[in-house]
Amino acid sequence: MKIQQLSLFSENKPGHLIEPCRLLAREGIDMQALSLADSQRFGILRMIVSDWRRALRLLEESGYIVKLTEVVAVEVPDHPGGLSQVLDLFEGTIVNIEYMYAFPTVRGEKAVLIFRFDQPDAAIEILSRGGVTVLDSGALDAR
Amino acid sequence: MNMPKQPCDRFHPGSAPDFIPSPLLGELQLRRMRATVQRAYERVELTRSRMAERGLTPASIQSLGDIAKLPFTTKADLRDTYPFGLFASPMEEVVRLHASSGTTGKPIVVAYTREDVDVWTSVMVRSFAACGLHRGDVVQNAYGYGLFTGGLGAHYGAEGLGATVIPISGGNTDRQIMVMKDFGVTAICSTPSYFLHMVERASEMGIDVRELPVRVGVFGAEPWTESMRKRVEALSGIRAMDIYGLSEIIGPGVAIECAAQNGLHIFEDHFYPEIIDPESGEVLPDGEEGELVLTTLSKRAMPMIRYRTRDITALMPEQCNCGRTLRRMRRIGRRSDDMMIIRGVNVFPSQVEAALLEVEGTLPHYQIVLSREHGLDQMEVLVEVTAESFSDRIGALEQLSSQIEDRLEHVLGLRAPVRLVEPHTIQRSEGKAKRVIDKRVQA
Repeated sequence: MKIQQLSLFSENKPGHLIEPCRLLAREGIDMQALSLADSQRFGILRMIVSDWRRALRLLEESGYIVKLTEVVAVEVPDHPGGLSQVLDLFEGTIVNIEYMYAFPTVRGEKAVLIFRFDQPDAAIEILSRGGVTVLDSGALDAR
Repeated sequence: MNMPKQPCDRFHPGSAPDFIPSPLLGELQLRRMRATVQRAYERVELTRSRMAERGLTPASIQSLGDIAKLPFTTKADLRDTYPFGLFASPMEEVVRLHASSGTTGKPIVVAYTREDVDVWTSVMVRSFAACGLHRGDVVQNAYGYGLFTGGLGAHYGAEGLGATVIPISGGNTDRQIMVMKDFGVTAICSTPSYFLHMVERASEMGIDVRELPVRVGVFGAEPWTESMRKRVEALSGIRAMDIYGLSEIIGPGVAIECAAQNGLHIFEDHFYPEIIDPESGEVLPDGEEGELVLTTLSKRAMPMIRYRTRDITALMPEQCNCGRTLRRMRRIGRRSDDMMIIRGVNVFPSQVEAALLEVEGTLPHYQIVLSREHGLDQMEVLVEVTAESFSDRIGALEQLSSQIEDRLEHVLGLRAPVRLVEPHTIQRSEGKAKRVIDKRVQA
């Protein structure tokens, strides 16, 4: 149920985002989810792609330092309260959310949330027990 | 054929002078020193006039210590007499010229007679032998071939030893790695920073250098720290040996580490060392730290008398466990002209390197950028993110940079901001790493 996310270090400079994106585009790798976290001096590009093994190899061969992280993707109804329903499940538990990002699906009825938990296995259990749909990478592909 | 990754200290006959009894060495040095001063006095205008000014003649050298009566030679003297002003041999006897990269103005030119090349080869053979190399070793020589003395110096030495030399020169890292792997390389010669770059690149290509037969690296041409050695050895599984030399004296092969890796044995039968106070110029006793001054004892084409190397070290008079009678000098971590003065604080790049290596997961790929804002010196340290130090969490990266800042402050006594940069963005030199960018000059 866990999904592999690739993270790249990026300096906060014009043009620094485009190179890895171009590389993946050229190789026909689809970016399914993407988030750019930035501080004052640098950024971290996080992405979930269609073929992470090949993407990892391509990026590393081009000299990028890529961090592989296991994240959890869940599907929630795309309406007010959709996110808080999920967050409620973690209140009072030992699981921490390191960071998260969201994106709507094409049809607009559901949104996908990507979570980085400190304890992904425990988190998946809590989510499943709470009736939340945890997506596997195949399900992300289909979108 | 996979060789075991351990140093091999087989005795090489060329190394015999390394074990010469000290009284005999002293006699040999004095005889050679007097001949060198005589030759320079007779054939080099600058030497003669400077000695004459002080009322000195070659007969003034009665003991080794008398060399201190003679004035120093500096890099400026080499520039002022550019190109051939310090030659003591006619061009018919000169078989080779080398030149240093002239970062500031004209380069300096050095000359060798046939005999000089033979001496150079012999000290390089002794250097490689001290590092545990021998016939059968496959030596990848990644020092630059050309005007720089590193390439040909190491080449002649490795060939003289009877090893197999791969004259690959610097650059084209992917090819270096392919050759290292496919040719069964057992020893590599390069700058330490370039080798570290090769190890990293190899790992990106899916090659773990620790699994290759390479077992010894002979590294020189730039100052490097003990912590850098530890890192290089851990990442590559080789023994990283320090070699010292400079073109003005002969090139690489002035001093070398032995298996003890505790100081570099100076080939005293060819180079006479003194340690001086860089301010007063006074000779310091063994064991005290100061600037290394070298006098060549057998060079013919270009004898150097009391050349100021700018390298800071100390002589170690104690007998080494390896049995060599040649005195050792402490490995050189800094040069007197490397020193930067930032807001009144003395800073050496080697301190920055040492501080960096204390932080888990960092590599010494760094650059110091100096600038001046509102009349105040600013120092910023660029540090590349590594596979080990990179995290997908902003907080962890911010913690990393403040951790480095803390270490720097602890070592330097100065707070300097650290900027994390993308991997491979700090230029890797194939020769000497450029550690400092000083923008204060233009400001």
